[in-house]
Amino acid sequence: MAKKMKTEAKVLSQRLLADGIYDMWLETEMAKDAHPGQFVGVYPAGKATLLPRPISICEVDASRRAIRLVYRVVGQGTAEFALYQPGDYISVLGVLGNGFPLDKAEGKRVLLMGGGIGVPPLLQTAKELKAAGKAASVTSVMGYRNAETFLRDDFEKAAELVIATEDGSIGTGGNVIDAIKENGLEADVIYACGPMPMLRAIKAYASENGMKAYVSLEERMACGVGACLGCICKTKEIDEHSQVRNTRICTDGPVFDAEDLDM
Amino acid sequence: MVGGEALKLSVNIAGVEFKNPVMTASGTFGSGMEYSDFVDLNRLGAVVTKGVANVPWEGNPTPRVAEVYGGMLNAIGLQNPGIETFVKRDLEFLKGYDTKVIVNVCGKSIQDYVDVVERLSDERVDMLEINVSCPNVKEGAIAFGQNAKALTEITTEIKKHAKQPVIMKLSPNVTSISEMAKAAEAAGADAISLINTITGMKIDIHRRKFALANRTGGLSGPAIKPVAVRMVYEASHAVDIPVIGMGGIATGDDAIEFIMAGASAVAVGAMNFHDPYATVHVIEGIESYMRQYGVEDINELRKIL
Repeated sequence: MAKKMKTEAKVLSQRLLADGIYDMWLETEMAKDAHPGQFVGVYPAGKATLLPRPISICEVDASRRAIRLVYRVVGQGTAEFALYQPGDYISVLGVLGNGFPLDKAEGKRVLLMGGGIGVPPLLQTAKELKAAGKAASVTSVMGYRNAETFLRDDFEKAAELVIATEDGSIGTGGNVIDAIKENGLEADVIYACGPMPMLRAIKAYASENGMKAYVSLEERMACGVGACLGCICKTKEIDEHSQVRNTRICTDGPVFDAEDLDM
Repeated sequence: MVGGEALKLSVNIAGVEFKNPVMTASGTFGSGMEYSDFVDLNRLGAVVTKGVANVPWEGNPTPRVAEVYGGMLNAIGLQNPGIETFVKRDLEFLKGYDTKVIVNVCGKSIQDYVDVVERLSDERVDMLEINVSCPNVKEGAIAFGQNAKALTEITTEIKKHAKQPVIMKLSPNVTSISEMAKAAEAAGADAISLINTITGMKIDIHRRKFALANRTGGLSGPAIKPVAVRMVYEASHAVDIPVIGMGGIATGDDAIEFIMAGASAVAVGAMNFHDPYATVHVIEGIESYMRQYGVEDINELRKIL
């Protein structure tokens, strides 16, 4: 695993993608080691906010040494990030976490399932799976609140895309599981990121249908590097590192085999 | 003007010689492994490990951390892998480094603490730090640190069994820190460290819920530094044993402030999360202060007020 670092990254671009959702490209040497499903910790500049904000890596452009962060403004820290302009520098901790196990896709039919702000990390996942060409098929199933289907064009370029919206304005009315059923999608492996209720539903659906599901979790974090034990998830069995039924989301995850978790 | 070579940063606490006065605060640095990408652990005065009990502890439900203005709240609940795994994995890892090792010990009963202390007697451990101040567990820990009688009892008992010098880590959640410091000293503690976190609470007004599953948590970070400096001052003027100061230290200047207040050494805690290189930055900041003011020996600054 690549050595972690905290470094100043140069903002290359910033734009509003949808209501409260921003799209920022950063130039950083971390790009060369970034794996789909990994994340970075982004630090607000203000001295009153100490902790890094965990933000998933949406896309990697190794040739520009750049990573793309698509994030939702949810508080003071992310509101500050949205003000950054090209040429500004921002402190970033990374690369963090394990990422999606793409080797499990070999010869398999793959579904990428994202919900809300869990959509972005699946874009690089889709691109790398298609580029590797080892999966039997790759289909993205993305769930949104409404017609603001951010990253839609990018996903369409990367792989087949199915959309679900809660208000029914585009695609299947409902959630990503409704969209799978409506479109009769079958698969062997699921890579998913989104809110906990969606991940629980995916775990249950995968289990009922004999599929493997790898889910990316989110939790309040402090250190981001596995030291503070702030961001844990319950596991089914005793975890080797903790010696209890807890696993560290920031370091042992954020991606887990859903079967190993007590969600 | 003093040259870099001439600076003396080493300090002696209860007979243990530290290459410099900068340590890590228990619970913020694991056992150093997680920060070894960022920090050359050989540079540190000591690694103070996360609290370890006789058996593995699950800790509290999530959310366990919340950010607040100038700091953070945590209610991890002393999750730890238990002493056996700790000895095999964490202490083994630390053997690879030229730094002092201080093991933070927690327990629910005095016997729990004693079991850990005895298990460590033949291990390469330089000092023991006894956690009688974690505010986030229901049994043990802070229950021993909030009244002088209980503190006396546990300190006395641990001193009977400990092979290494004992640091009692005190809680700021008390009426008189001087009284607690004196009780620890009278019961035989070799040193004291303070402050642990200050009990706090945060309410998420948008979700209308407590920010932490545990409702209350320990406040740390720069927000608590003035409280910590005051308590280090009071404690160090009440006892003759060495004091290790901590609470919101972010820079070399902060460390100097604690040392002037009476600390023999300092520990960097929550700021590791903000700046994973914080410990080294604090060491460099101390050196730069010493050069600026022509201080040859860090010990000259201790307790000058």
